[in-house]
Amino acid sequence: MYKILEKQVLSDVVKLMVIEAPHIAQRAKAGQFTIVRIDEQGERIPLTIADYDSKAGTITIIFQEVGQSTMHLGTLNVGDSIASFAGPLGHPTEIENFGTVICTGGGVGIAPIYPIARALKQAGNKVISIIAARNKDLLFWEDKMRAVSDEIHVCTDDGSHGRKGVVTDPLKEILESKKENIAKIWAIGPAIMMKFVSLTTKPFNVPTIVSLNTIMIDGTGMCGGCRVLLDEGAKFVCVDGPEFDGHKVDWSSLMSRLSYYRDEEKAALEHWKEHKCKLDKAIAEGGR
Amino acid sequence: MPEQDPKIRSANFEEVALGYDEATARQEAERCLQCKKPGCTVGCPVGVRIPEFILAVREGNMPKAVEEMKVKNNLPAICGRVCPQEVQCEGKCILTKKGEAVAIGRLERFVGDYELAHRTCPLTAAPATGKKIAVVGTGPAGLTCAVDLAREGHKVTMFESLHGPGGVLVYGIPEFRLPKKVVFGEIDYAVECLGIDVRNDHVVGRSISLNELLEQYDAVFLGTGAGLPSFMRIPGINLNGVMSANEFLTRVNLMKGYLFPDYTTPVKLGKKVAVVGGGNVAMDAARCSQRMQAVQAKQTGAGPGEVHIIYRRSKEEVPARAEEFHHAIEEGIICDLLTNPVEIIGDESGKVSKIRCIRMELGEPDTSGRRKPVPIAGSEFEMEMDTVIFALGTSPNPLVFVDADGLERTKHGTAVADDESGRTRKRRVWAGGDVVSGAATVISAMGAGKRAAADMHKFLKDEAPW
Repeated sequence: MYKILEKQVLSDVVKLMVIEAPHIAQRAKAGQFTIVRIDEQGERIPLTIADYDSKAGTITIIFQEVGQSTMHLGTLNVGDSIASFAGPLGHPTEIENFGTVICTGGGVGIAPIYPIARALKQAGNKVISIIAARNKDLLFWEDKMRAVSDEIHVCTDDGSHGRKGVVTDPLKEILESKKENIAKIWAIGPAIMMKFVSLTTKPFNVPTIVSLNTIMIDGTGMCGGCRVLLDEGAKFVCVDGPEFDGHKVDWSSLMSRLSYYRDEEKAALEHWKEHKCKLDKAIAEGGR
Repeated sequence: MPEQDPKIRSANFEEVALGYDEATARQEAERCLQCKKPGCTVGCPVGVRIPEFILAVREGNMPKAVEEMKVKNNLPAICGRVCPQEVQCEGKCILTKKGEAVAIGRLERFVGDYELAHRTCPLTAAPATGKKIAVVGTGPAGLTCAVDLAREGHKVTMFESLHGPGGVLVYGIPEFRLPKKVVFGEIDYAVECLGIDVRNDHVVGRSISLNELLEQYDAVFLGTGAGLPSFMRIPGINLNGVMSANEFLTRVNLMKGYLFPDYTTPVKLGKKVAVVGGGNVAMDAARCSQRMQAVQAKQTGAGPGEVHIIYRRSKEEVPARAEEFHHAIEEGIICDLLTNPVEIIGDESGKVSKIRCIRMELGEPDTSGRRKPVPIAGSEFEMEMDTVIFALGTSPNPLVFVDADGLERTKHGTAVADDESGRTRKRRVWAGGDVVSGAATVISAMGAGKRAAADMHKFLKDEAPW
């Protein structure tokens, strides 16, 4: 069991947790992920590492409540524990001094882009960050991103904070201005965002790294459920990734695979809500 | 041995073979001739004292039977269920010449189950030696090795990448062949008795590396199995509805997908399922598919489904155990033999709709000695399918080789290790089971774990230098 040491509500649907996990924290690096299983009945879900502290033996995760597992996780509090927590999984981000780099994070993707931007900054890069969310409430860690960036652009879809627009707007302008030579670009966020970032950067021939978050079970190369089609054939996100060359990813098959279990996810969520409702009622009555 | 009726069992996940009661077990034990030079023991990869334990069963002295069993085999309830006895102990039984061999496997299972229920013979450890051992992987090889070393008084820590121990016994072999309560019963019993430390969620190669383990432990055993699935190199393998047998079986077995939505891992299976392959894993996947279809039909009111096994050679070459193949056929699985997929075809949403296959014929024997399947030109045909499961064999997971310089690997990805001692090319590191042999059987992995434990013990006592 792994104890939740800290919980922050970053928005209605985005939560942060610091979890005690020395076995992951000791070796964790930017770009890696974990597998979380909440309890005996729970599924195994991949969550990227938003931060780590090897001295304290803790891992920070940030997640958006989109389905049963993440909603359930969101109901847990400091002092509660999760049943399983494995990692660090996947290859770490390749960090060196590339020159000037752009780090784009969309929505909950701001969480995993942060340790990457920080490591790139520490390695001597000039870091230009672009972070975006649907609206002001869904945006978080602007201050932390600002602290590790030489230049930062903030967008919201509805214009409620920063510039009205999507990440590709400032990205395209920077690339078109040709003011400086961009060595490499990272993009983490929803598949659709990473697809459009890759499409935007392709004509400029700037290497673009995306971090994929596909459906997984074990996260160690055993099930193959996470496989993604690249130009050179199928790869496993868990052991070959999670970072890939965005220009080589077959986005349509990726997005189709991501949505394959949508009906089941809905059924699991409804079942859980019903169960939770009964449980809450029983607890309330018991308390009386 | 009594079995569930095929029609009933193909719709549930309960154990197929129901096991002996004491009277039947004693009756069967009567048939043993108590040979002076028992072939059965020679046929057993771990050399179980078979005539001795059967004699105790015959006499009705079950604690004695357990004691005899545990001299060589610490996990009898598991072995009694999954060993291919027909080619091991029972295959060497003198009675096969006159008719039917003594049902050694069933008697072993009876003894194992008796012990799980009564706990008459707890495992005990020798006085502590002060030596620390890391065992990587908690499947059959690792478990056997860990238990043997702990019995010698060494302090054993096991590392498991998944959320609980058992390896393939839990994620791979289905509930109806090997109930999880039997696996956990055996493991918990041994771990408790011997004070073995089990660390779940530790992925060696990621959470901690082999080189780091060697800094903390006197010796390391690698029993990481062969967990990496293979896919065919044909168009359509990334369509929705195509998966590895590992993924399917893990969803169903480890994650208990058949209890969805109480357990939240979904299993998505269409009404027409094709399993490609002819080994035990293919049989498990096919039989699980049929049971899942029954579960889903109950929930949705859908009609019965169809499960095909597609195998490129003929019935004679099917590598699965005879009993497993027989059970599959009995349960109504359709076998498309001498057939090989050439393409998986999807609909506009990216989901499997058809599989395109070609008929095969047997040509000259190949390097394996089996006749090589050759495609028959122009014989392609299509079958409607919703789900395609590949059960084409597995190879070792490469993660354990990370930060493990000197640990040699063959071109098949298996670790190089001496068959007898289990010693790898890296000092103080032993390996055994599927990580060395490639996908094989539970009992051969246990045998390798046992041989390695013996050599590790000698090394730790300074009797076998390295």
